Amino acid sequence: MKKLKLLITGLGIATFGEANADYALNLSPGVTQLSRDIYDLHMYILWICVAIGVGVYGMMVYSIMHHRKSKGAVPAHFHENTKLEVVWTIIPFVILLAMAVPATKVMIEAYDTSASDMTVKVTGYQWKWRYTYLDNGIDFFSTLDAKSNEARQLGVRSNPEAVPNYLLEVDKPLVIPAGKKVRFLFTAADVIHSWWVPKFGWKKDAIPGYVTDAWTKVEEPGIYRGQCAELCGRDHGFMPIVVDVKSEADYGKWVEAQKAQAQKAVADAAKTYSMAELMAKGEEVYNASCAGCHMVNGEGMQGMFPAIKGSSVATGDLNTHLDVVVKGKGQMMPAFGDSLSPVEIAAVVTYQRNGFGNNKGDLVQPSDVSARN
Amino acid sequence: MTEATHEEHAIHDEHIAHGHHDEHDHHGPAKGIMRWVFTTNHKDIGTLYLVTALIMFMVGGAMALVIRAELFEPGMQYVDPNFFNQMTTLHALIMVFGAVMPAFVGFANWMIPMMIGAPDMALPRMNNWSFWILPFAFVMLASTLFMDGGAPAAGWTLYPPLVLQGGAHLPFAIFTVHLLGMSSIMGAINIIVTVFNMRAPGMTLMKLPLFVWTWVITAFLLITVMPVFAGAVTMLLTDKFFGTSFFNAAGGGDPVLYQHLFWFFGHPEVYIMILPSFGVISTIIPTFARKPLFGYSSMVYATASIGFLSFIVWAHHQYTVGMPLAGELYFTYATMLIAVPTGVKVFNWVATMWKGAMTFETPMLFAIAFVVLFTMGGFTGLMMSISPADLQYHDTYFIVAHFHYVLVPGAVFALFAGAYYWLPKWTGHMYDEKLGKLHFWLSTVSVNVLFFPQHFLGLAGMPRRIPDYAVQFAEFNAMSSVGAFIFGFSQLIFVWVVIKAIRGGEKATDEVWEGASEHGLEWTLPSPPPYHTWTTAPDIK
Repeated sequence: MKKLKLLITGLGIATFGEANADYALNLSPGVTQLSRDIYDLHMYILWICVAIGVGVYGMMVYSIMHHRKSKGAVPAHFHENTKLEVVWTIIPFVILLAMAVPATKVMIEAYDTSASDMTVKVTGYQWKWRYTYLDNGIDFFSTLDAKSNEARQLGVRSNPEAVPNYLLEVDKPLVIPAGKKVRFLFTAADVIHSWWVPKFGWKKDAIPGYVTDAWTKVEEPGIYRGQCAELCGRDHGFMPIVVDVKSEADYGKWVEAQKAQAQKAVADAAKTYSMAELMAKGEEVYNASCAGCHMVNGEGMQGMFPAIKGSSVATGDLNTHLDVVVKGKGQMMPAFGDSLSPVEIAAVVTYQRNGFGNNKGDLVQPSDVSARN
Repeated sequence: MTEATHEEHAIHDEHIAHGHHDEHDHHGPAKGIMRWVFTTNHKDIGTLYLVTALIMFMVGGAMALVIRAELFEPGMQYVDPNFFNQMTTLHALIMVFGAVMPAFVGFANWMIPMMIGAPDMALPRMNNWSFWILPFAFVMLASTLFMDGGAPAAGWTLYPPLVLQGGAHLPFAIFTVHLLGMSSIMGAINIIVTVFNMRAPGMTLMKLPLFVWTWVITAFLLITVMPVFAGAVTMLLTDKFFGTSFFNAAGGGDPVLYQHLFWFFGHPEVYIMILPSFGVISTIIPTFARKPLFGYSSMVYATASIGFLSFIVWAHHQYTVGMPLAGELYFTYATMLIAVPTGVKVFNWVATMWKGAMTFETPMLFAIAFVVLFTMGGFTGLMMSISPADLQYHDTYFIVAHFHYVLVPGAVFALFAGAYYWLPKWTGHMYDEKLGKLHFWLSTVSVNVLFFPQHFLGLAGMPRRIPDYAVQFAEFNAMSSVGAFIFGFSQLIFVWVVIKAIRGGEKATDEVWEGASEHGLEWTLPSPPPYHTWTTAPDIK
């Protein structure tokens, strides 16, 4: 790779930063038994292909070297040989059988979601993942983290290499216990997504109207990253997946903390907030959930996404504005009623009505939002 | 072989089929632009198709360069993600329907009648119509770029529900697909009727040149699958505008149904783009190896088997949708089987080179690169057929690398090989061999710099169709983009070679390539062939 770097720099085409040493040439064996089986299968087929390639290309190179007219070669006249043709039909067939047997075994293994210890339902949204723990009721959304989100804006030009785990970091990772068989159920709320963590060895589509399943059992705690693999719209490239695999004890603590947080959220929704609190919180929520389309400066994108700045919705009737945020509008504006808490919706609507020079002076409280649901 | 009987000499006393006096107004084309608008001559229509394909190749290529420029380094530099998706979608649609398919139809129009001793295509007026639909279709498709919300941005597969989120472009894109389908179906009917009805006496099916055989099988694939695609996109249209719910889960529909319909079309479509390449390569290698093609009949049977198998493997594009285990295994086994006839073809080409007396003019160079690089695409194809392994490869750059190896150094190189091979016949002038070789070497080296690193990107975990990527993918993306720009600009050499050959140059002989007349009837005609050829059918021994 140093050679390549030199070559490219030498051509004067590009200079790279420091954080670029993590390239890989092959599939990762991964961190589960299934992913290792898939890796072994991959290497097995790869070597078979290499062997066939050496044979075929070797014959070609030999003919090109020795059977050329400039070397005085005289063309032979044979143009068929039934025996030979039968042989090279049957041999590949046998090779294929040798591939099909292990492939079948691994596929049966991949499909066996029985006897799982816990189940997480994964729902794809444009452009975030929702994780619902069917065993203990924990339920949250996971989106691209703020630093990556800021660095990926067109024209921002802040250095992506300075952002840790650029585009592979989320605000809230999926947390699962190590050593347990976790079953996943996949579905989607809008378009088709695909959930893929390469180190687990598989991906599975999340399709509206369908529930598909898959499973994993990670032996060692650690953080494993992936991305949405099915084209799901303009922010398809910005829909990372992070799985934090914790030891069983740590997982237990995390579950307790989540439950406490859920109770606090209920209490928060009953409180009354000041303008400054709502604006600060609102800006945070806006940048995480709205800026992807409406842009950080609230100017939107011509012909695609309307501006917030001076828009008829953000400066018009408050109830209509709340409706658009909570229930969505048309096919492009998603409903945020599920993914944001009443506090967050109150904050972001307040921010939209007072920020970007809109200055409506409206103050929306979480209770106003809850009242509408 | 005598192509003119005494009787014909008596009628057209000045007409000499060897073409020394063939510039008579009553035999030649009309003058001016109307020649091209109203032409029913298979050679003119072939030229129109080829020129259109070359223009669309440049347009689709420019879009690819927009994509590669954005991907050159991490971070968003030039285009917003939505425009990026429009570029990937249009690049694919234009390259498939605008460049590769019309180019092969151009070859078919030019060569099939000349190869089978027919004076023209069987349905010349329909032939004119099949071509002239295309420019309108592509203008319609391109116009979506200027609409509110932009061009389609849902990938060339146009999967719902994503594609239904689009705005004004949707009906335009769908009607484009309808027009392209009509054009393809009419073209296919024309080829089938021509080959079955207008062969010279004595030319039995098992004497057909292999290029003609591959096109007949391709034409059957086209007729079978284009209506399925047209149906699927029409269902999209009614879902969007007439309140149906074919693919809308909330209304009781099924988004995966669209995928099954699409890939029932889409998988044979891959072979529609590659089978004629097999024909071209099977024509060129024997010429420059100075040996007959090894295993003609097994080539015919292999092509037919590939055509048949292409209909029953479609769901290998959907290993991750959650099919039942039995379905998953069936599609794995069926897909793996395609390796057998494809292997037979590759072995036959190698056996044709074996103990030949090879020379390496540009068409042969492209043909050899085709065999080597297409086989690499075949290997990754075999790897992907294995469904558990595909759970990792699916929708990554590994796939992008795979299908570009099959379609660029595969189909497109076969087109170059064919273009260089027949260019002297079409224009009557030899092309510039030095420039041809330069084009070959630049293309072959850069196409590998462009696509080979994408295997590594996919295996390392880079999904396809993303406008920006994590930092660890930076180096191979930079390398790939450098390859893309060199490859893209190298194609201008080809354009120049073609223009140069049309304008003049060394006069081509009838046979053009040493001993070529043993390999096909077209080489017994003058170069360039007179406007009307085979007005009397040749005798086939």
